[in-house]
This record gives sequence, structure tokens and C-alpha cells, in this order.
Amino acid sequence: MAYINGIGIISPQNTLPGSGFLVTPVEHKGEFLKCIEPVYKSYIDPIASRRMSRLIKMGISAAKICLLDAGLEMPDAIITGTGLGSVEDTEKILGELTREERFLNPTPFIQSTYNTISSQIAINLRCHQYNSTYVHRCFSLESCLTDALLQIADCTAGNVLTGGIDEMTLNHLTIIRRLGLWKPGPIRNLDLWTSGMPGALAGEGAAYFIISSERTLKTYAQLTAVETLYKPGSTSDAAAAAAHFLSGNGLSPGDVDLVLMGNDGLAEHDMVCNEIIAAAFPQASRLLYKHLCGEYHTVSGFAMFLAANIIQKQQIPHALIPLSEPPGKLDHILIHNHFRNTDHSFILISR
Amino acid sequence: MGNRVVITGYGIISSIGINAAEVLQSLTEGISGIGGITRFKTIHKGKLPLAEVKKSDEELLELFGLTGKKKNYTRTSLLGIAAASQAVLMAGIKPGQKHRTGFISANTVGGMDRTEDFYPLFLENPSKGKLSGVINHDCGDSTDKIAGFLEIDDFITTISTACSSSANAIMLGAEMIKAGMLDRVVAGGTDAVTRFTLNGFNTLMILDKEGCRPFDENRAGLTIGEGSAFLVLEAEETALKEGKTIAGLLSGYGNANDAYHQTASSPDGIGAGLAMAKAIEMSGVVPGNISYINAHGTGTQNNDLSEGIAIQRLFGDNVPPFSSTKPYTGHTLGAAAAIEAVISLLSISHNCIFPNLRWITPMKELFIRPVACLQRDAGVEHVLSNSFGFGGNNSSLLFSKYKPL
Repeated sequence: MAYINGIGIISPQNTLPGSGFLVTPVEHKGEFLKCIEPVYKSYIDPIASRRMSRLIKMGISAAKICLLDAGLEMPDAIITGTGLGSVEDTEKILGELTREERFLNPTPFIQSTYNTISSQIAINLRCHQYNSTYVHRCFSLESCLTDALLQIADCTAGNVLTGGIDEMTLNHLTIIRRLGLWKPGPIRNLDLWTSGMPGALAGEGAAYFIISSERTLKTYAQLTAVETLYKPGSTSDAAAAAAHFLSGNGLSPGDVDLVLMGNDGLAEHDMVCNEIIAAAFPQASRLLYKHLCGEYHTVSGFAMFLAANIIQKQQIPHALIPLSEPPGKLDHILIHNHFRNTDHSFILISR
Repeated sequence: MGNRVVITGYGIISSIGINAAEVLQSLTEGISGIGGITRFKTIHKGKLPLAEVKKSDEELLELFGLTGKKKNYTRTSLLGIAAASQAVLMAGIKPGQKHRTGFISANTVGGMDRTEDFYPLFLENPSKGKLSGVINHDCGDSTDKIAGFLEIDDFITTISTACSSSANAIMLGAEMIKAGMLDRVVAGGTDAVTRFTLNGFNTLMILDKEGCRPFDENRAGLTIGEGSAFLVLEAEETALKEGKTIAGLLSGYGNANDAYHQTASSPDGIGAGLAMAKAIEMSGVVPGNISYINAHGTGTQNNDLSEGIAIQRLFGDNVPPFSSTKPYTGHTLGAAAAIEAVISLLSISHNCIFPNLRWITPMKELFIRPVACLQRDAGVEHVLSNSFGFGGNNSSLLFSKYKPL
């Protein structure tokens, strides 16, 4: 158990500092949901930033926004989760390799290394403390949270800067579309649940958090627990594990007021998400959110931003789509996510 | 902290052997795994050396009864299966046992060996290139495949912190056992050599055409290797209750960041010094009682100087014997820390210190010298193993000879 004392998020919505809490949903009509990026010179030295790829700039900026939000200068640990790291840099190198390995510029290679974001944040802050990067699909951010909670529990760290980040590129989208799991063409994101076009909607985002041992005036909510569930045998196994997750934390399934759903627009995924949550938390109110940010490996960072703000403000933005009656109270919010329905994760955020 | 964490099994595959016995033989006989490039086409063939595992993908598939499933297994996965299956066999881990078992792996480029074959076809025509060549691209894929092969499913994740990746996997495993979240963890790393990596390091001009010569005045860079290693970590109590043979104690570990430069180490080795100091502090071992340091020692100008200075500062006049074993195995990147963890355990169990092959001329900036010849009956009790990566991701592991409390 720990507290969420700061948030820095760059997403396809208006989530930069001073934007309010999802006042009006942003409409996207492109191939994927692209982030609304900040003016980078507010956060990164322009000379340094000139050589940085987009993902690195987004990561450093989101981390800096997060520290400013928490009023913290130096964290005790920096932990990043990313499913794919810098896709743009990786593609640059793969392109150069096809030209008879005429590969002269080291910058994309350096930046393609998965730990670059955590490292760049450390260099930027001159932070010599614990530094790590998790790269396991939809468990990337969840593993960071597990690590952060361990460090807080054994008093190794008081304030952990941790977050999830992933980017989408047109080339990468072209490849993954061939798997048949993604929308074959552009749709209006706000029509995700009604468009009828099969497949998940691709997105991206960067979300960092200060996870702390102490409650402060900045505290948004409590990060109660996180659980990853690797290849449950069936939907009912997943539902049983979800219920067990609650009891393991001294709560019962009935205590969950709201679930932020893992649905992403792919009918097969959505059916399983609905089944698991209906079986495990029949009384909880359910909300869809991935029309706002799209699907990506570390999408639960966007959901954590939502949950922490909903708890703090005791208010649900109209941009979220309810699947059931609104909740009577907002004490416990569960985030469910999954990787192609084989691996599942649960994050519990509480008042 | 309650539980001590012990090692009950380990497995390894590298250019100097496909199991621990072969690796030990190469280490004691001074046989290096560095040689010419044989496994893939590249313009660097005949010019740059590599430390390749001397088994093709097909041979590895056959070894594990996976023939016919080639499409699903990248080389990264196959190397991982080779090492991890030895580790669980040694520790007596079988599917269906009641313990909560985790699998934590590490790598730096995931299934890049396939992606780089897929990409040229795709760039020519976006509908071309077999998807089986790219669906295993992400770093989590090999972890998923190895865990599937071993039937471990209580916890799974993957770490990528460049050349210290698998040290951090071992650290997380130990933390989860100490916290009581898992009873045992198979932790380590795996990486296959790819053109992507070879060319990437080549642009940085840190590949030694002669093969790496760590801590030598005339060193000119590293040599890339491939391989995998995994340890089975268990709570001491669990291991004792089941009467398991204990190969060693993970007595300390430390992770720190150099926070200096994305690819260069700081001149004073601040991150390296911090990582070693944290590991030693956790163990409670008196620095003077450390028997051997298995150094990161890549052979680059920058690393060896920075690491050497950090060692001198930390140990003063009492620097333990140290060597880099990368002239044997090459730099296996995401697997390096786990491979060197196994070498550290072999050092403890066989009571010997392995030499820093290829070392001739002392570095003029350092007063310390690596171990140049095999030392037997070396009284090895505590081994510090360093792994320092790009991005200043520095980690140190401390292994000790097991003694019941």
C-alpha cells in the first residue's frame, strides 16, 4: 500500500498541466490516437532535446511534470515500464540495416535501448538511486508498481517515480494490423464503441506517478495493490483470481465501486473483459475509457490517471462511457487490463 | 528482513559451453569462445569477432524436442530454454508442485533476430514478410515462451536495463522471496547476437577487432557474445525443509545509476562504486573478506577505467583479486550478469579464481592488476559480480559460500 502523490501525463487527450480533468473529450480521426505533446523546451534543454526522439522527450517531460505536480525534486527510485521502447529509433536502424548495413549514426541505436527513458530521467535529475525498466507487454507498468510497492514496504524508498510509456508509428501500425486484431483503417475515436468496424483502436501515451510511503496535501489516492495474472486457464479462473486479489487485501468484491474496463473495441477481447468483471464484481459500476487513449501495452497508466483523479475529485468525467448505473460512492476503483486476453492485470486505487 | 535467499540450481549456455560442466572446463583450461562470425550474413564477417553459441537454432530445437515449432521460437527464447531448463532440473523444480514459483527474465533486443529478417521484405512491400518473423519482436515474448516451456505461471515479468538487465532480474526475484510473495524464482537473462546489436555497437566504435582485452592498456573495445543463464532462487527455509543442495547464498545486491551520460561511464565511477557499496552493505561482509570480484570489464577504454577507479576507491589498499571473464564469453549483454552469476557460483563451489584471459599490459592509470592465471584452492568465500550498462544502469550482486546460520 502506498499513496499517489503526483501525476504527469501526456496522452491523446487534454491532460497537460492546467487542462482540468477531461473537460471535453478530444476527437481524433487519424490512423491512431496520437499524443498531444507539450512544448518540450519547458521541460528539456532545447540543445539536448534536438537529438532526442519523440518517445524520449515525452518520457522526460511526463516525469518532470509529475515531479512538479508532487512538489518533489529528487525521487528515491526511477522505474519505467514500456512494451516496445522507442519504436521510431528501432525502425530507423532496421531501415539502415537493409541498406547494406550502412549504419553510421549511433543516436537511434542508443535511444532504441529500452532503458533510455529511465536513464535520461536519471541523468536529467542527477539521480544516482535505484533505476530500472520493465518490458513485459501489459505487465510492464504493473511490474513497476509491484517493484515500487516492494521498495516502499521495506523502506528502501520513500518516493518512487514510476510510469508507463509507449508510442505508435504508422509503420508499426501497418505491421500489427496484419495480425487482424486492430481496426483496419481510421475511425473517429469517440465512435469506438458504435462504429461496427472490427478490431482494437491503437493509441499511445506516457504517464508517470510519484508513489509514496506518506500521505501529503498532494495525495490523489491510495495505491492499494497490484496483481498480474499470467495465463489463467479460463474466464472463471480469472474472475476467481480477481476476487481473491480483493480478499488478499482485506476487501470483498462488493467493496469495488467502479471498474475501469479493459475493453478496447475488439469484440473477442471485450466479451471476455465483460464476463470476468460481471462474474467477479456483479455490483460494481463499469466504465469504458479506451476511446480516449487507444490500446497500447502501458495503457493502464492512463487508467491510473483517471482513477486517481476520480477518487480525489469524487467526480466522473462525462467523457467516460458507462456500461451500467453510476456508483453510489467512490471509495475503491479497480483497473482491469489484459494482453490479448491471455494475461490479465488488476490495479486497485482507493480513497 | 526475514528470509535469506539461496541458490538451488543454475543453468548456462554460452560460447564456451552448453552447460555448467562445459563452461567450467573452458574456464579452467583457458579456452575462449571468441571467434569468427558464422551464424548470419553481415558485411562484418571476417572483420569483427563474436562469441557465438556453437549450436544452430535447429540443433537447439532438436535438443529440446521442439522440432517443427521453429516459427514460434526466436533464438533468444531457445537459448533461454536451454539455460533455464538446466537450472530447474538441478533444483528439482517440476510442474504441479505446490510452491509459488516466478519466472523473471531479461534481455536487450527481444526477438530482433527475426525482426531484422522480416523488415527488408516489409519495406519493399508492406504486405510482405511472414508475420511469424515479427510477432515475437517484443522483449516479453521469450520470457513467455520459456515460462511456457517450464510450466511456471505464478508470476512473470521481463527487465531490460541494457548490460545489467539480468542482475536486476535476480534482484527482483530475491526481493519478492524476502517479501513472501513467492517461494522460489527462476531468474536470469537471455540474448542472441543480432546484426542490429553488432552494427549498433560498431557505430559507437567500441568493438575490438582483435577480440576484447579487458583491463589491458591496449584494449580497444568489447566483443559481443550471446547466451543465457538462469538461477533458481529459493527462500532458505523452503530449500532446507526439502533437503536441497544449496549452491550458494545471494548475500547482497545493489542497483545505482551513474547519472552521467547515456553511453559513457563517469570518470570517477560513481554509479559503479555505489552499486558495489550497496551490495556489500546489505551482505554485512567486511570488504576485505571479499575473495574475488568478477568485474564487468568489457574491454572498452571507458568502462575499465571507470570500474577500476571505483574498485580502487572502494577497497583502497585491500583490493581483492579481480578479473573479467568476458574474454571467454564475450559480452552477452542482457544475459551477461546471469552468466557471470553462474561463473561466480562456479568459483565458489570449485574454490578457484578464473583468469582475465588476453591481459598483457597493465593500465597506466590504475595500480591494480587483474588475475592473469588460474588460481586453485583460492579460499573463495564471497564473490562480488559487477554488471554496468548503458544509461548508467549499474548493478552488483554478492554471492557467498553457503553456511547454515
